[in-house]
Amino acid sequence: MTTRGNRSEGDVVVIGGGVVGGAIALGLARSGARIIILDEGDVAFRASRGNFALVWVQSKGFGMPEYALWSRRSADDWHGLAAILREEGGIDVAHSQPGGFMLCLSEAELDKRVEMMRRLHNSQPLTDFPYEVLDHAETKQRLPAIGKDVVGALYSPLDGHVNSLKLFRALRETCQRRGVDYRPESPVESIVPRDGEFSISGSWGEVRAGKVVLCAGLGNSRLAPMVGLDAPVKPSKGQIIVTEKTEPFLHNPMVTLRQTDEGGVMIGDSHEDRGFDTVVGRPIISTMADRAIRMFPRLAGLNVVRTWSALRVMSPDGFPIYGQSESHPGAFLVTCHSGVTLAASHALTLAPAILAGELPAAVARFTARRFHVPAHA
Amino acid sequence: MFRPMRDLAPAVALNFTFDGKALKGRAGDTVAAALLANGIVACRETPVSGAPRAPYCLMGICFDCLVVIDGIGNRQGCLVPLAEGMAVETQHGRRHVEEV
Amino acid sequence: MTPLTDIGQLAEHYDLVVVGAGPAGLSAAARAAELGLIVLLVDENPTPGGQIYRAITTTPVKDRAVLGEDYWRGSSIVGRFERAKAAYAPGCTVWSLGPDEGEPGTFEIGLSLGGKARMIAASQAILTTGAQERPFPIPGWTLPGVMTAGAAQIALKGAGIVPVGRTVIAGCGPLLYLLASQLAAAGAEIVAVLDTTPKRNWTKALAAFPDFLRSPYLAKGLQLMAQTRRRLHFVSNVTGLAAAGEGRLASVTVERKGAAETIVCDTLLLHQGVIPGVNLTNAAGCEHFFDNEQHCWVPKLDRWFASSVPGIAIAGDGAGIGGAESAALRGEIAAFDAARRLGRLTKPERDRKAAPVRAELERRLRGRRFLDLLYKPAPQFLAPKDETIVCRCEEVTAGQIRDAARRLGVTGPNQMKAFLRCGMGPCQGRLCGPTVVELIAEVRGRTPAEIGYYRLRPPVKPVTLAELAALPQTEASVEAVVR
Repeated sequence: MTTRGNRSEGDVVVIGGGVVGGAIALGLARSGARIIILDEGDVAFRASRGNFALVWVQSKGFGMPEYALWSRRSADDWHGLAAILREEGGIDVAHSQPGGFMLCLSEAELDKRVEMMRRLHNSQPLTDFPYEVLDHAETKQRLPAIGKDVVGALYSPLDGHVNSLKLFRALRETCQRRGVDYRPESPVESIVPRDGEFSISGSWGEVRAGKVVLCAGLGNSRLAPMVGLDAPVKPSKGQIIVTEKTEPFLHNPMVTLRQTDEGGVMIGDSHEDRGFDTVVGRPIISTMADRAIRMFPRLAGLNVVRTWSALRVMSPDGFPIYGQSESHPGAFLVTCHSGVTLAASHALTLAPAILAGELPAAVARFTARRFHVPAHA
Repeated sequence: MFRPMRDLAPAVALNFTFDGKALKGRAGDTVAAALLANGIVACRETPVSGAPRAPYCLMGICFDCLVVIDGIGNRQGCLVPLAEGMAVETQHGRRHVEEV
Repeated sequence: MTPLTDIGQLAEHYDLVVVGAGPAGLSAAARAAELGLIVLLVDENPTPGGQIYRAITTTPVKDRAVLGEDYWRGSSIVGRFERAKAAYAPGCTVWSLGPDEGEPGTFEIGLSLGGKARMIAASQAILTTGAQERPFPIPGWTLPGVMTAGAAQIALKGAGIVPVGRTVIAGCGPLLYLLASQLAAAGAEIVAVLDTTPKRNWTKALAAFPDFLRSPYLAKGLQLMAQTRRRLHFVSNVTGLAAAGEGRLASVTVERKGAAETIVCDTLLLHQGVIPGVNLTNAAGCEHFFDNEQHCWVPKLDRWFASSVPGIAIAGDGAGIGGAESAALRGEIAAFDAARRLGRLTKPERDRKAAPVRAELERRLRGRRFLDLLYKPAPQFLAPKDETIVCRCEEVTAGQIRDAARRLGVTGPNQMKAFLRCGMGPCQGRLCGPTVVELIAEVRGRTPAEIGYYRLRPPVKPVTLAELAALPQTEASVEAVVR
C-alpha cells in the first residue's frame, strides 16, 4: 500500500467510505479519475448505517436559502442517481419522491411549523417552493390511516425517500465496478502536503495523490486542520425504532416516520447533544413510540425489532461545509448531516467540480469562513 | 410431524383451530407443540421468499414458529401456552397491520 | 416462592433480578433469597427448569427411564427454589437492561408480561439466559421437517411427543447421543445417527484426555455412546450434509469418504454443540471474547462471574458452556458475590461459603476441555457452501456473504448486516451471527476473534410499540423529540 516511486496510485484519495464518501467517489470515478477510498473498519461512528433515509427538502434552509436550493437540486437529481445505481450497480435503491408530510399533534406544533415555513418561503429565491398546509380532514383524505390526534400537516411534493442501506451498498458496488480502490481498516492519522501532492498515512501505510477529499464525517474536525481547512462539526445523537415487517400501508414518508420498501416502519428523529454516547435511551424511545401511535394508531400492535442511535454530523449552524483549502489547493472538505438527500448533488455536481479543481458557485456560501465572520470582520 | 408417545400422563383436552380446521391439543402444550402433534407441516411463509417454515428451535430464539393467534400476527408459537378455543392461523409473510 | 402472574404485582425495586429459570437462575435466586436478598426471578417460559430441565414440574412423560435420572435431578433444584422466599415471574420476557439514568448504580430492566411492559429497578442482576444450539447451516436446513435436536428434546419433555416416521439425527456433541437414546426409548424410529465429528479432532483432544479420565462425564458419556452405537445405525466421519425436499423434508444426502448417499426421511434433527446465548449480555454492554476451544463468543467474567459491567453477573452456560450441574453451582457463586456487593456478606464470609461450591464446580468442569476439543465442528459445517442459507430470517446465503466480504471489502458483521440485512430479522442474529463471522474470517484470512460480533441493541425480545408507548416518559425525552 505504499507508493511506487514518485508516482501516485490514484488521482484522488477520498477519506471516508460512508454515503458521503461513496457518492463523491462515484462521481469522481464516473468522471474518469482513479480513486482510492480510505475507510475505517466494522465498528465506527457510521451515520450511513443509522440514518433515516429521507430525501427531504421541506423546511430546509431556514437562515441559508442556498441550502434549500441545494437540497432541492439534489432531490431533483436523485432520479438520475437512482438510475445510475440501478444501471451501473445493478441495485434498485427504492427511491421515490411521492411527497412528504410533517404531521403535527397539537395546534401549537402546527402553528410553529406554519410560521417557520411562511418565513422561509417569504423571500427570494424560495417563493416558488411548493408546499401546502393541511388541516386534519385534508390530511386524512391523503393519509387515511392517521389518528384523531393529528391536527394537521405540512406537505411538500418535493420530499421523498430511499432505502439508505441499499444506497450505501449500491454506492460501494458501483464504485467497485468503476474500479475504485476501496481500502477498509485504513484510518487516516496524518495528511502531509508534499511536492504538490498529499501524503496520507496511518498504521496501514501511506498513499499519495494530487487531490484529497475529506468525507470522514465527525472525523473531519480532526483531519481538516492538517490541510488548512476548518470543520467544526459535532455529534448530535438521534434515535430510531424499527418495527417488524408489515404489509405496505404508507406510501409517503413523514419527517419522523416512514415505511421501508421491505415493510418495516421506521420511527425516528430525536435530537440530543450527548457527545459520542450512542446508548439507546429508553424514555426517548417511549416518547417516539407514543407519538408514532398517535399519528398512526394501527401501529400500536407492531413488535419492535430494533432500536438504535446514531450520531449526526452537525456544523454550528446545521448546514453543510464545503470548501477547498486556500493554503493547500487540491484538498477539499465535504461534510453534512444529510448525506442521503445530498447524495445526488455530491455525486453529480460536487464531484466533477472537485476534479476540475473549483467548487461550483451554488456552494460558495458553504465554506467554513462563515463561522469566522466576527474574527475577520 | 410428531405423535404422542405411549403412556403419557392424562391431560385436559383443549379444542383449537388451525386455519379454521378443528384440532385437539393437551393442556400444558405450547401452540407450536400442539401443531406438531397434530401433524401440521408448516406454520408460516417467510416475508422474503414465501418459503414454508416450521418450528425449528422450540425455545424462543429462531422465530420460525411465528403464527397468527386469535388475530394477532407474528406470535412465537413455542412460547404461548395453548388455550381452549384458540384460533391459530398460518402467518403468511409480513405482519398484517390491524385496523384500529 | 411467590409466583407473579400480572405485571402490576412486581415491586418497583429488587435487590437482585435473576433472568432465566434454568439451573443457574433457580440456584442463584434460591441462594440469594436464603441470604436475605429481595429477589425476583424472571423467565419467559411458563414453567421453571430452563431447557435442560424443561417442564420438570409438568412433563407428561411418566416413564422416568425415557428422560433419564440426570433430567429428574432438576426436581430438587426447582424444589429448593420453591421453598425460597423469592418472587417468580414466569411467562415474562426481559427486553432491555441498562443503567438507570435517574438513579446511578442501579439498573432499569424492561419487562413484558401478558402484553404489558414495565420498567423495574434492580441493584444487582444475574443473567442466566443459558445456551443455544450452535447454528448448523446446511443446504435445506430451513425446510419443514428439519429442526434442532434440542427442539425434539423440548417437544419430548414438554409435550411427550416424538417424531413420526423415519428420523435421522446428525451432527456431533454429547447431546446428540443423549437425544438419540431418549428418542429411541420414547419409541421414535431412528433410521440413522450421522456423526460429523472430524476424525482429526481426536489428535487435539487426546492432550486433554488424562483430565477427562477423572471427569464425571466419562462413565455417562461412554455408556451413552456405546448404547447409541450398538442399538442404532451409527454412521461416523460424515463430511457433508444436505437436506432436500419440495416444501418439506424428503431426504438427506450424506457425504462420507468421498461418496454420497441419500437417506429418505421425514425428520432431520441437527445438532453441533451449544454456545452461550449472548443477545442480552451483549445488549447490556458486557464485554465478550472469542473462546478458541469452545469456538464461540463468551462474556468476560471474573471468578465470581461478574461481567465487565459492574452489578451484572452472568452464570450458567451463558458464562461459557459447562453443563447443567456446573450451571447450578455457578449460579450459587454469583449469588454469594451479589450478597457481598450489597453488603450482606463480608468478603471472608463470601469466600468461606463459596469454597465448597467452587471445589465442586471444579470437579464438575473436569474433562470439559476434552469434549470441547473433540466436538469442535468441522470448518465446512461452520462456514457452509455458497448456496446455503445462513440468515434464516432474511434468507441471505453464504455466497452473498462471501461475495460482500471479498469484493465489497466488508470486514465485519455489522457492516455485513447493513449491506445484506443478515441479522436484521426477528431472531436478531441468533441463528446467523456465528456463521456470518466465520464466513468473513474465512474470506479475509482472519480469526473470528479479529472479526468481532454483532453489536446488539434492545429490545432483545419482542415488545410492541404500544407497550413502549405506555411506559413513563421524561421532560427531557419529550424535549428531544417534539420540535
